[in-house]
Amino acid sequence: MPSGVLVFGEAVEGGGELAPVTGELLGAAKSLGGPVTCVLLGAGVEGLAKECGALGADKVIVVDDEVLKDYQGDAYVHVGERICKEADPSVVLFGQTMTGRDMAPRLAARLGTAVAMDCVELSLDGEKLQASRSCYGGSARARYTINGMPQIATLRAKVFDPPERDDSRQAEVAKQSADVSADVIRTRIVSRRKEEVEGVRLEDAPVVVSGGRGLGGPEGFQPLEELAGILGGAVGATRAVCDMGWYPVAAQVGLTGKVVTPDLYIAVGISGASQHMAGISQVKNIVAINKDSEANIFQAARFGVVGDWKEVIPAFTEKVRELKAG
Amino acid sequence: MPHIVCCVKQVPDPEAPASQFKVDEAAKKVLPIPGIQPVPSQFDTIGVEAALRVKDKVADTTITILTLGPDAYRDTIKHCLAMGADEGVHINDPALNEADHWATAEILAAAIKKIEPVDLIICGRQAVDWDMGVVGSTLAELMGFPVITIAKEVQMEGGKVTAERVLLDGFETVEAPTPCVVTVSNELGEPRYPQLRQIMQAAKTEVKTLTASDLGIDGAKNRINLEALFVPETAVDTEFIEADSAKEAGEQLAVRLREAKLI
Repeated sequence: MPSGVLVFGEAVEGGGELAPVTGELLGAAKSLGGPVTCVLLGAGVEGLAKECGALGADKVIVVDDEVLKDYQGDAYVHVGERICKEADPSVVLFGQTMTGRDMAPRLAARLGTAVAMDCVELSLDGEKLQASRSCYGGSARARYTINGMPQIATLRAKVFDPPERDDSRQAEVAKQSADVSADVIRTRIVSRRKEEVEGVRLEDAPVVVSGGRGLGGPEGFQPLEELAGILGGAVGATRAVCDMGWYPVAAQVGLTGKVVTPDLYIAVGISGASQHMAGISQVKNIVAINKDSEANIFQAARFGVVGDWKEVIPAFTEKVRELKAG
Repeated sequence: MPHIVCCVKQVPDPEAPASQFKVDEAAKKVLPIPGIQPVPSQFDTIGVEAALRVKDKVADTTITILTLGPDAYRDTIKHCLAMGADEGVHINDPALNEADHWATAEILAAAIKKIEPVDLIICGRQAVDWDMGVVGSTLAELMGFPVITIAKEVQMEGGKVTAERVLLDGFETVEAPTPCVVTVSNELGEPRYPQLRQIMQAAKTEVKTLTASDLGIDGAKNRINLEALFVPETAVDTEFIEADSAKEAGEQLAVRLREAKLI
């Protein structure tokens, strides 16, 4: 009889600390009730097991092996499948991260079950997981149940609260070897390159100033960078402008980009396509500056200015500078 | 002769005004918007574009468009043929219309086994209606093929596929032996638009139809149940900054944000 919740935690690159999503997964798992097992796959991640305990895991399964250093789907799915079969959980949770996106559907297929991706709400109705998620680019909400065990879901970043940390809590730690034979691995990572965005990380920024098609061209981002600099924030962009090459892909906010939760989000020349709104659904304070008073972005905005950004932004920036200085 | 299968889906037009988006909660279905035609799912036509770029280099490549859906999906196949694909296969059977992502992958796999050998299967990273993003990798598992997800560039050469994946903070180049599955993302670039001559030619291309019995399957074996579908409440009271000029509005906005302790 499957029981308990198993989460696939993640470490930041290099394995030095847990990625924030791990806390969110443990928080979501705790809220479902029952024992929580956290799985950590990677290289140099063994030291993070204690941290998982402090964040509410009852048991931590660590597979610390060079072969798992970078996410490689074939290896990760292979190890994940074995762990799930042994642990026999009722629910398995991933973050909607690069790892979760790739791994969760494949693991579901191998375990003869299914997955609900990018969930924003979870509950248990008896043994049945009720998983709610956005669809139609955020225009609709769908609630699913899954036939088969384990019931797998990936969770949208920054939606679920991490538990209060308690350093006196200790988890049982079980170490396993990866045991990945060469024939399991079919794809090969040839190279990796980082696309660095200067300044504050978009995901951590307290203020995000984002630009859309309404900027009219890549040069429109320069004043936004200046404004973000004054506010100690980061610059984001819509998919449309990243696709047109106006701004780096790493700055893309939305369904196919990053989920951000700043205290203040300033949307400049952004119409508010649902694909973009999916990335800011948790933001409470959205400011929209757009020429079109009918733009969808105003539906979600706490403050709105209907006007040409080319006139609004310089005046706004100057005033912000003055207020900050004063 | 290399063979690429592109799996495509038809969706309600995502560019339709959000105000017209309506759901029939009892039927758990999105209502079609009168006068607005469904369109090919954009990530899928980007997949066709990826296949065409391979074909641009290796001219004897055959591209087959594969879709699962009712009669109207024929338009989506025709669109992809007009883009430059060679053949169309339409799985069209009322018994399969309600397939979930698992069943869809299972049905597509059964169809691909009918049209093998195949070197590369390309899917969009996700459909732009349900946004689930699992059919491509599930299909790979069912076929027993390796998979590369969320790619922005795809090359196929000498029994090997090389694809560049989009990561959150960069890119990763991955190789897989053929046959394999690749799912593609919007960073690949705009899909080419069919020329009139190609549209006329595609109109004449015969599309092969397959039913459940042709595939030896009896209905969609769903693993996931849609329990509820609704439009979430998103009412926010917007405070519009009114001023005589855009410049003044900008200044007042800063003052209001300061008052609200947001800056």
